[in-house]
Amino acid sequence: MNIWVYLAVMAGTIYAIRALPLVLLRRRIQNRFIRSFLYYVPYVTLAVMTFPAILSATGSVWSAWAALAAGILLAWYGAGLLTVSVSACAVVFVLEMFLC
Amino acid sequence: MVKSGITWRRGVRDGIPIALGYFAVSFALGITAHNAGLSALQATLASFLCNASAGEYAAFTVIAANGAYWEMALMMLVANARYFLMSCALSQCLPADTPLHHRLFVAFDVTDEIFGIAVSAGDRLRPSYLYGAMAVAIPGWAGGTCFGVLMGTLLPNTVVRALSVGLYGMFLAIIIPSARKNRVIAGVVVISMAVSWAAAFLPFLPEGMRIILLTVLISAVAAVLFPVREEKEAAV
Repeated sequence: MNIWVYLAVMAGTIYAIRALPLVLLRRRIQNRFIRSFLYYVPYVTLAVMTFPAILSATGSVWSAWAALAAGILLAWYGAGLLTVSVSACAVVFVLEMFLC
Repeated sequence: MVKSGITWRRGVRDGIPIALGYFAVSFALGITAHNAGLSALQATLASFLCNASAGEYAAFTVIAANGAYWEMALMMLVANARYFLMSCALSQCLPADTPLHHRLFVAFDVTDEIFGIAVSAGDRLRPSYLYGAMAVAIPGWAGGTCFGVLMGTLLPNTVVRALSVGLYGMFLAIIIPSARKNRVIAGVVVISMAVSWAAAFLPFLPEGMRIILLTVLISAVAAVLFPVREEKEAAV
């Protein structure tokens, strides 16, 4: 098997998945169910991807829980993307100096 | 009245935390690519062309196992099907008169994170904003992969692990403010996480499949129980 062919298959498939809806859905969808469905998709998919995956991302579940709690609290009180993201990393880094 | 779009400058600014998070994750991905037998050039090209974390990881496992080309295509379809849903949602966020070439360029980098900031831009979303974010995010992703291949074993483990929660922090920063403002979204987020946790214990349900199935299922139930009114949608 040739790695360059693998790369072409990877790139072609993933681009088709992303481009088809953007090219074909040119107008506002009128159906209320589909509109509502697409309205909820981002929140559900981001929530499902975050949890429980975050728990196994670090060296210890406890540092992961702490990062999750810190992230939720900071985001709740209006901190931006970078602040929330960097704080979660910092919490893990500091805690794991003691935990691992 | 049509609101003016957010600029590409703002896109660059919002792209920086994405690029930083990407760098950490793709660094780890580069180590996987190296182990699967890819050169630094091949791995960097894979990341530049695919811009997918779980998708690329799955692809590298196919390469490592010397799988068939059709296996690779099938694996990419399953592991990346969520991008199909995201592109559907994104097609409704962009102005309806967005020309074809912009749609084709935007499609190149529909990732979890770019999609996240696109959604928070709401009806002020324009392709130029996304290009700003892509201009920093794509080099971050490809560069991180390259670094991972070349010096994967040099960076201390504690730093790699700490950086790996960065992307989740970003996801939280996207969903939590909306959950605070809207009780239905808050409920949907809590239920999504709870069901996702429970489903993670099921054997034979790979993570990519779980994400797609739950996204379709929970969003459909929410859409039936709490259909959104026109004005509300403008706030997406």
